[in-house]
This record gives sequence, structure tokens and C-alpha cells, in this order.
Amino acid sequence: MNKATRPATRKKRRNGLRRTLTGLIVPLALLIAWQIASGAGLISAQLFPAPSSILKDFYDLLASGEYIGHLKISVYRALLGFAIGGSAGLLIGLAVGLSRRTEEALDPTLQMLRTVPLLAITPLFILWFGFGELSKVLLIAVGAFFPLYVNTFLGVRSVDLKLFDVARILEFSRAKQIRRLVLPAALPNVLLGLRLSLGMAWLCLVVAELMGADRGIGYLIQDARSFMQTGVVFVGVFTFAIVGKLADSFVRLLESKLLKWQDNYRG
Amino acid sequence: MTIKGELIIQNVNKSFQRDGSSLHVLSHINAHVKPGQFVSIIGPSGCGKSTLLKIIAGLDAEYDGDVFLSGAPVTRPGKEKGFIFQEHRLFPWLTAEQNIAADLSLKNPAVRMQVDSMIELVKLKGFERAYPRELSGGMSQRVAIARALLRQPDVLLLDEPFGALDAFTRNHLQEALLEIWARNKTTMVLVTHDIDEAVFLSDRVFVMGAGPGTIKHEIAIDLPHPRSRTGPAFQQLRASVMNALHQSETTAQDWEI
Repeated sequence: MNKATRPATRKKRRNGLRRTLTGLIVPLALLIAWQIASGAGLISAQLFPAPSSILKDFYDLLASGEYIGHLKISVYRALLGFAIGGSAGLLIGLAVGLSRRTEEALDPTLQMLRTVPLLAITPLFILWFGFGELSKVLLIAVGAFFPLYVNTFLGVRSVDLKLFDVARILEFSRAKQIRRLVLPAALPNVLLGLRLSLGMAWLCLVVAELMGADRGIGYLIQDARSFMQTGVVFVGVFTFAIVGKLADSFVRLLESKLLKWQDNYRG
Repeated sequence: MTIKGELIIQNVNKSFQRDGSSLHVLSHINAHVKPGQFVSIIGPSGCGKSTLLKIIAGLDAEYDGDVFLSGAPVTRPGKEKGFIFQEHRLFPWLTAEQNIAADLSLKNPAVRMQVDSMIELVKLKGFERAYPRELSGGMSQRVAIARALLRQPDVLLLDEPFGALDAFTRNHLQEALLEIWARNKTTMVLVTHDIDEAVFLSDRVFVMGAGPGTIKHEIAIDLPHPRSRTGPAFQQLRASVMNALHQSETTAQDWEI
């Protein structure tokens, strides 16, 4: 790296830090207010245990090794379901986007299925696949499928027609046309789909684990509820919030790396 | 023997079918462009000059008549018919050098060398890694020209390539194009509505009239390069193109009445 670019990089890094700090203001202020209100006895310790007490519950769970076990299985389920549903959404979205005939054959059915609330098919999944891993992973896969499907389809259809003329003049084969033109042009939409899809996978994980599980963060919450361990419930809720946010940040990082060619309003 | 870069247009006719009625756009277009010649097509808007260029490029296949390039009939678009659009039409996700290479790999040393020499030719040194959004209109058009020339086309077809640029950049790019042409001797067909541009660049100027589009006049520009835009000979040729254009326009109007 030469001297001229160094201050710019430093400035960028400082900007990133500033953004992170700005984002932390609201949650930190809420936590502090909560702690003070608890200390002053303004809110019920049974329903709203103080952040310090939640932290202690968290520490206990961590120390016993229980927490990591639950987190691992939850993340595993979410990722597996996302991988299955997301890749199917991406591939079918591409196929439907690329061919009018495939669209006519598949899209109406998929749009119909999309409107069915996930909670409505949960009982069916349990009947079909039992309470085991399969029904959970499949439920997550179904949830993760649609955002990637819809957005990939949209992305393919929004490729600038004028660039297809260029591809014809440059004699791109069909494969090259997809790899060099359609995929990169659809990438902004695909990444948006990826973000929504990851979020959906995480959401479906809760549904899947609440409906019956013997491990996982959802189970941790359910179990703590029946013993009135509100602090542990909060540990579970915060876990969902933080892991969800981390996954989202990861895709946004991916976006900023892969879409730096984009020329859009940045606020 | 076929000659690389020779362009023959024989009796080309084209009609658009719309709502049951047909609109005659091009009528009996004939032209013979010798290899290495620089030809301009000028005419009022709607005279079908861009349509004619698309036919030559193979982008428009619905016409009657024949187009031959380097002895072979034109049936589809391809690398041998380089095309510069009015907009640069670069891939926004590729840098300047990646756009020039397009589907070729820059890791291939032969491609790398060709791309570097193209960047040199279109004077874009220092901007190889810039994305299209970071380039000015003139620079983007240079990248588009380099992308076409890298494929060593038999003919370079230019559809009002400098129309969207400011006058200063336009003059600059016209000179750059002449320099490239002097080195590569590629056959050039330029569609324009700028009389100065046509006279400054071309060996021959075809003046088209509308309704239906036909070639009304052909004016040979016998000035040596470099041409001065202000010299008396230039002005005289400019005036004759202007006159021809004016004539073709009035006949077009007559035809409409």
C-alpha cells in the first residue's frame, strides 16, 4: 500500500467505527434505563429481570456448557435449512427468470404456495416428518426458499436489454451470457434475497423449535418459560436478536464488497 | 478472392408492420464501401440511418436485400462487426480493463498484452481499474471503442457515438478516432447528424432522406488529413453537405404531402 491511500483507508475504518457506535446508542440507552428502573424497583423483577441478572443467567448457562450446545444445534438447523431452501430458491428463480415457458409452468403454483402462512403447514410437517430434525430443517428450507426465489427472478428480469445486444455482438454463448451478464446484473437483487432469506430462516427456526424440540435456543426459551425463569427467556431472545443481526451484517458486508461498482444514492 | 473489410449493400428494403399498415423505412439502399474507407451516413432523424446500421451489424435481420461483409453474407451479429452505440453500454460491474477484455481472461498473458496496448491506443492509462460510474462520458466511449477494436473487427459501425458528449470532448474523440483509424485501417461506417463530424472524419458522406429512407446524395471528401475545420475547402464541403441535406429534407416533406 502506498502513502497516498493510507489516510483514506484509515478514514474509512474510523467511519465504520463511528457507524457501529452510532448504532449502539439506542440499545445501550435502553439497557441502562432498564437497569436503573429495575434497581429503583419500578418494574417487576419477575417479569423484567434487570440486565445484570440476565447477564448472570447467561454466564451460568455459558459456564455449564448448556448454552453453547443449544446455540450450535440452532445455528446448524438454520444453516442447513437455509442452504437447502436458499439454493433451491436461487436455482429455480434463475430458471424461471431465464425462460418464459418455465415461468408459465412454475410461477403460478409457487406464488400460490408463497401466500400460505408457514404456521398453517407446520402441523402437516409434523404429521409427515415427525418431531425430529427433518421436519424442522424442511420448515426452515420452505421459509428460506421464497425470498431468494422472488428476488432472483426479479433480478434476472431487470437485466438491461441493451446489454444483451452487446453480448450478441461479442458472441457470448448461452452459458457465458448467464455467467457474464445475467448473474452479475441480477446480483444486487440476489443479495437482497439472500438477506431476507437468512432472516426468514432464523425466524422459521424459532417456529420449528417452539413447536417441539429437545435442544436449541427455541427449546431453551420454551423450557425456561415453564419454570418461570424469565432471565433465561431473555437470554434466548437476545441470542436470536444478536445472531440475526450478525448474519444480516455479514450479507451487508458481502454487498459492499461485491456491489462496489453500483452507482446509487447512499444517503 | 474476398477482401477483408469490404462492405457491399445490395438493394436493401425494409418495412415495419404496425397495426395492419406497413411503413416503408428503407428503400433501395445500395452502397459499396472499400476496405479501410471511412464512410458517414447523415440524414434527418427518422430517415432510417440507424436502422440501416443495425442491418449491417446483423442486429436486425428483417429486411429484403443483401449485405456482404468481407465477401460473406451478414446473417447475425458478431465480433467482426464492431458496434459502438450512442451510450457506452459497458458492463457496470467490470472495470475499464475488464470491460475491454469482456469474456477473455486478463490472466492470459496474450490477452493482457492486447488489452494494455488497447488502453494505450485509446489513451486511458491510469484508468484501467476504474468502474464505468467513475468514468466520464468520453472515457466510457473510449473503453467501448477499445472493447470493439480488441476483437479486430473487419468493420467498425458507429451509431452517433459522440452525440451525447459536449463539443470539446466530441472534437477530442473525433481526433482520437482518426488516429486509431490511421493505425488500424479498419473500415468505418459512422451514423451521425453532425455535418462537421461527417466532413471532418469521412472519405465519403452519404446523405439520406426520409419517407422512405433512401440515399439521396453521395459527397466525396477529398481533403488530406489532418483536416482544419476552419479552412475554406472544409467550409465549402460542409456547405455542399448542408445543401444536400436541405434538399433531401424538402423532398421528404413533399413526399409526405
